[in-house]
Amino acid sequence: MRAYKPKDNVQAKAYYTDRYYVSPQVPKLHVESDEIFAADLEAIKAKVDVLDAYIQVEQMVVFINPSDNYKVLELLRDECDYTQLSEMSAIDWLADRGGFEIFYQMLSMNKRKRIRIKMFINKGEAVNSVEKLFRSADWSEREMFDMFGIEANGHPFMKRILMPYDWQGYPLLKTYPLQGDEFAAWYEVDKIYGKEARDIIGPELRDTAKVDRYDSERFARLGHEVPKGTKITGNEPKNEQNYQEEGGVFMIKKFDKKDSVVVDDPQR
Amino acid sequence: MAQHKINYTQNGGLPVALTSIDKIVNWGRSNSIWALTYGLACCGIEMMASGASRYDFDRFGTIFRASPRQADVMIVAGTLTKKHAEFIKRLYDQMTEPKWVISMGSCANTGGMFNTYATVQGVDRIIPVDLYLPGCAPRPETLQYGVMLLQKKIRANKASRAQTAKRLM
Repeated sequence: MRAYKPKDNVQAKAYYTDRYYVSPQVPKLHVESDEIFAADLEAIKAKVDVLDAYIQVEQMVVFINPSDNYKVLELLRDECDYTQLSEMSAIDWLADRGGFEIFYQMLSMNKRKRIRIKMFINKGEAVNSVEKLFRSADWSEREMFDMFGIEANGHPFMKRILMPYDWQGYPLLKTYPLQGDEFAAWYEVDKIYGKEARDIIGPELRDTAKVDRYDSERFARLGHEVPKGTKITGNEPKNEQNYQEEGGVFMIKKFDKKDSVVVDDPQR
Repeated sequence: MAQHKINYTQNGGLPVALTSIDKIVNWGRSNSIWALTYGLACCGIEMMASGASRYDFDRFGTIFRASPRQADVMIVAGTLTKKHAEFIKRLYDQMTEPKWVISMGSCANTGGMFNTYATVQGVDRIIPVDLYLPGCAPRPETLQYGVMLLQKKIRANKASRAQTAKRLM
C-alpha cells in the first residue's frame, strides 16, 4: 500500500519541477567582438590593471582595482569620449563575499556606447570620490553613503542625502529590515517627545488592514457611532447621518424620512 | 440712513435675528475654516482639486493659507516621512487655538501601503487628529464631507468654554 500524502495544498504547489533546470544566464561575449569597445579596453589596459572584461547586453563591463577608479574614469571622460556618468551605486555582497561591488555606468553620446566600470571593496573600506570629474557623482556618492555606509574620500560634503542627518543604520543593506530596526521604529517619538513618551504613544501598528469593531477608541462603525471608549455590545442603535443640526436652519425645511412614503408597487 | 422710506414690517418682521453668543461665534468659526496648505503626496492633488473651481471649497469658507499662523485646520494630505515628522509638529504648534487636524488618506491615517522604515505609521503618533478620511486618495467629495463633519463638530461645542490647548500627551 502506498504511503498517504496530504493533499491539502496540492494545487498551490508547482505541478512539475525540472530537477536539472539551470536558470539561463545572460550570455557574455568577448570584447574583441566589438571594435570600439576593444579600442577602449586597450586604452584602459595601457594605464591600469584590468581584472576582467566582457560584453553583456551590448554593454562592456570592466572590472578594475578600487584604487584605480579615478584614473579610469578620467581616462574614459577625456580620451575615450565617455562624457556622462549616468549612474553609480553599490551592490551589497556582504554575506557572500564580505564586501560591496561598486559600479559606474558611463555613456558616450558620440560613440553611442555604454560602459560599466565595476570594482569590489571589502567591508569598511572607502572609495575615491569622482565628484571632481562628474558633478552627477556628488549626490550619487552621498546616496551611496546614506544607503550603504560607503564613504567617498575627497567628497566635499559627505553627508546623508535622503535620510535625516541623525539617522542610524544603512537602509539598503540586505541585513536591514524593511520595517526598520529598533532605532527606526522609535525615531520620530524619540526625537520629538523624548524616550519617556514611548510608553504613552506606544509601538507602531504595522498591520494597516487591522479593523477591530469592538475597539471604540480607534474605530467607529459608520452609522452606528458611539462615544469614544464605550464598550461595544453589537446592538448599537443606528444613527442617522445628518448635515443639519436638530433645530434646523432658517427657512429650510428638514426632510423627514418618517413622513415620506416609499412606493413599493412598481406597476402602481 | 436710507433716503427712501423702508417698510420694515412688510415681510412679516424686522430684519433682526436673535441668537446666542455661542451660536454666532460657532457660526463664524465653522464657516471660515482656513486650512493650512499641507500637500505631502498625491492626496495633495485631491486637496487642490477640492479648492479649485469644480468642487469650490470657498463656498464653505475654507480658504487655503500658506502660513500656520493664519490657519485653523491642518489637512495632512499625504505620506508623512520620519524625516518630516518634526516639522509637522512645529507647524502644528505654530497654529493658533482653536485648531483642528484632518488626516487625509490612508498614508496619513496609518502609514498606508508604505509599511517601511521611513514612514510614520499614522500622523496621530505626532499630533492629535480630529477627523480621519479613508481612501487612497480620497475623492474631493470625501474631503468636503469631512469638512462638513468638522463644521458640525465645531458647532456642537460651546464657544464660551475656555479653550484647552490640544496636545497629544
